[in-house]
Amino acid sequence: MSHYLFILVGAVLVNNVVLVKILGLCPFMGVSKKLETAYGMGAATTFVLTIATGASYIIDHFLLIPFGLEYLRTLSFIVTIAAIVQLTEMVIAKTSPSLQQTLGIYLPLITTNCAVLGVPLLNISNGYNFVESLLFGAGSAVGFSLVLILFAGMRERIEGAEVPIYFRGVAIAMVTAGLMALAFMGFAGLDKYQ
Amino acid sequence: MEILLAIAIMALGAVVLGAALGFASIKFKVEGDPLVEKIEAILPQTQCGQCSYPGCKPYAEAIAKGEADINKCPPGGAEGVQRLADLLGREVKPLDAEEKPKSVAIIDENTCIGCTLCIQACPVDAIVGAAKQMHTIIAPLCTGCELCLPPCPVECIRMEVIGENIDNWKWRYPVVEIKAAPLKEAA
Amino acid sequence: MLMNLFKFKGGVKPPTNKTQSVTLPIAVAPLPSRLVVPLHQSIGGTPRPVVQAGDKVLKGQLIGEADGWISAAVHAPTSGTVLEVAMHVQPHPSGLDALCVVIEPDGKDEWIAREPLDYASLKPEEVRERLQQSGVVGLGGAVFPTHGKLTPAKTVPMDELVINGAECEPFITCDDLLMRERAEEVVRGIGIFRDLLQPKKVLIGIEDNKPEAAAAMRAAVDALKEPFLVVSVPTLYPAGGAKQLIRVLTGKEVPASKRSTDLGVQCFNVATAYTAWRAIAHGEPVVSRLVTITGNVHEPRNYEVLIGTPMDELLKLATPHPDTDGIIMGGPMMGFLVPQASVPVVKATNCLIAHADRLFPPKAPEMPCIRCGSCAEACPHELQPFEMYWFSRAKNFGKTQEYHIFDCIECGCCSFVCPSRIPLVQYFRFAKSEIWAREREKKASDGAKARFEFKQMREEREKAEKAEKLAKAAAAQAAKKAAEAAAAAAEGNAAEAEAAAPETPAVAVDAQKDAKKATIEAAMARAKAQREAVQPKNIEALKAAQQQEIDQIEARRQAAHLSEAAEPAAAAPASEKTE
Repeated sequence: MSHYLFILVGAVLVNNVVLVKILGLCPFMGVSKKLETAYGMGAATTFVLTIATGASYIIDHFLLIPFGLEYLRTLSFIVTIAAIVQLTEMVIAKTSPSLQQTLGIYLPLITTNCAVLGVPLLNISNGYNFVESLLFGAGSAVGFSLVLILFAGMRERIEGAEVPIYFRGVAIAMVTAGLMALAFMGFAGLDKYQ
Repeated sequence: MEILLAIAIMALGAVVLGAALGFASIKFKVEGDPLVEKIEAILPQTQCGQCSYPGCKPYAEAIAKGEADINKCPPGGAEGVQRLADLLGREVKPLDAEEKPKSVAIIDENTCIGCTLCIQACPVDAIVGAAKQMHTIIAPLCTGCELCLPPCPVECIRMEVIGENIDNWKWRYPVVEIKAAPLKEAA
Repeated sequence: MLMNLFKFKGGVKPPTNKTQSVTLPIAVAPLPSRLVVPLHQSIGGTPRPVVQAGDKVLKGQLIGEADGWISAAVHAPTSGTVLEVAMHVQPHPSGLDALCVVIEPDGKDEWIAREPLDYASLKPEEVRERLQQSGVVGLGGAVFPTHGKLTPAKTVPMDELVINGAECEPFITCDDLLMRERAEEVVRGIGIFRDLLQPKKVLIGIEDNKPEAAAAMRAAVDALKEPFLVVSVPTLYPAGGAKQLIRVLTGKEVPASKRSTDLGVQCFNVATAYTAWRAIAHGEPVVSRLVTITGNVHEPRNYEVLIGTPMDELLKLATPHPDTDGIIMGGPMMGFLVPQASVPVVKATNCLIAHADRLFPPKAPEMPCIRCGSCAEACPHELQPFEMYWFSRAKNFGKTQEYHIFDCIECGCCSFVCPSRIPLVQYFRFAKSEIWAREREKKASDGAKARFEFKQMREEREKAEKAEKLAKAAAAQAAKKAAEAAAAAAEGNAAEAEAAAPETPAVAVDAQKDAKKATIEAAMARAKAQREAVQPKNIEALKAAQQQEIDQIEARRQAAHLSEAAEPAAAAPASEKTE
């Protein structure tokens, strides 16, 4: 049991997709200007990523490996993810047009979000089984949302700060992200007991 | 042989996913365009046509379709462009026209001949009057669109800038006074 | 007088500086050379001027008529001549102009006929109307029309009536002196409020640094045998804020979105009670008020001042020191430097402080916020000023509202305690007025949109109706033609009817014309009958002036009809044009 917990906590904090693996930086910079959009993006990514890990595991184990088509992994995963993202977008457009508005262009961008493709590939290279894959996917997604929301909160405050003029906007955001990544390095000791 | 298998499997996947998406697109069909409403909420509703569209809603629709630029609305000003840019994730552009101070139309009641042409031109029903009767503008309802100026045959309508008064006065942003360091005499 | 008092959170204790101006009794300020009476002196609608340049007015004569229910009348403070009704600089931080009535006093100070009323014999609505006509407004500083607060809530029983004699702001002593010298009339005024609102309890809150005022009020309450409770409240700024005093005296906390009446509490200032009594029992409208003149002056003192007196003339009475460089209206916490020394005293002016750098040293420059939280501890409304400051500064107004910026009463406690000397209240005022401006714009644009859409709908409808009419006419025409063709065909068949043939269509056409004529005549007769049936209403018991006005209008109407009859040809094309 503790094994699963380690995977989950490890994915959220220790091997955080954004700050440690440096995956999914596009939405991390793009959707973190406002807290509300960060919540929406976090929720959408969590949903897509969790489903994508499950689906890609099934495709890998029941379609690609039996037929020895491992070289098609990236291609088939991309197609699957794209379809899931489209599906999510339609559901959101129907249920919450305002969320779709705030997510704007970034929702379709989840398709090409390297975190969403990277996590299923990492699952396979780590040799996780189905449950472990799902946990790792969900953990990564939660880690992504956590960092995104924390970062959006900070950026909202930075907007009021007296930042030197050449540092305003993305520059100071990058600096902040760097400091955040340093802070997350502090979790590195957590998985010593794994 | 193997290549055919690969193609078959990819094709199968594509068919399954395509079917799922097709089903979803019917099931979750969205009526109307919520984006147009959002854009329209930002536009100042002067209905002045300075954007070359007949009213704010057509302009909003054109923006939503991507046909029109976001910097065509002078009454909305630079702030309006900024808010549209934020909403749509587009680049902020300088306004395509001169930004005018908010003003209100005034009818010179001595010259008015009561032709009702301005009443027909006013998009927001802010002019009252009847044929051969003097017309007047309901100032609080006037959006300052200037559409009543060209039709007037006797040029009795003029625009007056709404100045600052006690009712619409705003507190200023507190300014921190910075004292310049005394310049050192050049040696 | 053992009563369980409550506490509000926060608050500060600035040096009170009240002793300077209480040593001398109230003096009546002499007539100034000129009175500038602003029309808009209360919250609500701007009163309409009812005098013109050149008019002679008497003291207490109406010069501005209340515009709407939440608005209070304005009166001439003394007898004299109206010089002009024009724009003048206001005692307002903006330094902008507003409509004022300028009166040159004739020196007689002659009252208009005053009718004292026995309010016991009046109906409550008559009392409220009298208060509105007398221009009675909240003299604590908010100048909300008093009659608007004197209607008891229908759903909530009125528990407590709180009378505010706390006067918590430093320097100001006008309420203190009023209670000391005119306690009886204050108590009688409170009696009026009590009778209108029917509360279970009446609590008079006075800060414990004014023992003389409290003693005088107690004596007056005892003498008039009223069951009012005079309560000393601890001296702590801003104990005189309405919500704070209600909290201290009753323990009730007024929530953000509600008014105190929703909790069965209403609050009035002592000076308001005094003016209410003068208005009802003596028929005197509000034409003067007590003003503390203090600060950088030789002789700080309270004066009874006519509304409209220029501040610089008033300040001279107390002989300001030569280094005086400005006038603060209100106290040092919430007041502001007036834009010009000559601006008039208004109903909201409770205190004038002569400003000098010696007394109020210029503030050291603003430093960055270190988020120490002192402001949050001092805030009497339990807000988080440092957060509101941060978002006001970033112009993130949505966030400031999330932090309840509209609950801020701008008391200035946060600015007072800020170790970085940040003018927090100024940021909040800035944010609030920006939000208000945006809301005004939003409302205007929503209205414009609704009217635009309605106009479009109307035009569409008219077009559709027109098209329908045309279609109908075309159909009728076609039917007629068809009928004629059929008739012609029938004629061709029936050879024996040949002789009668040319007559038939002519007869039919004649018949049609006759029918049309008849309908038009019938319609005209109907319209005539309708016109005659309409009788003017409410013409019984007309006043002479009204009758005259009606006659004038009738004459105009007749003239218009005549002129129209004279040139019907000219009228016709114009009306066609409007189609």
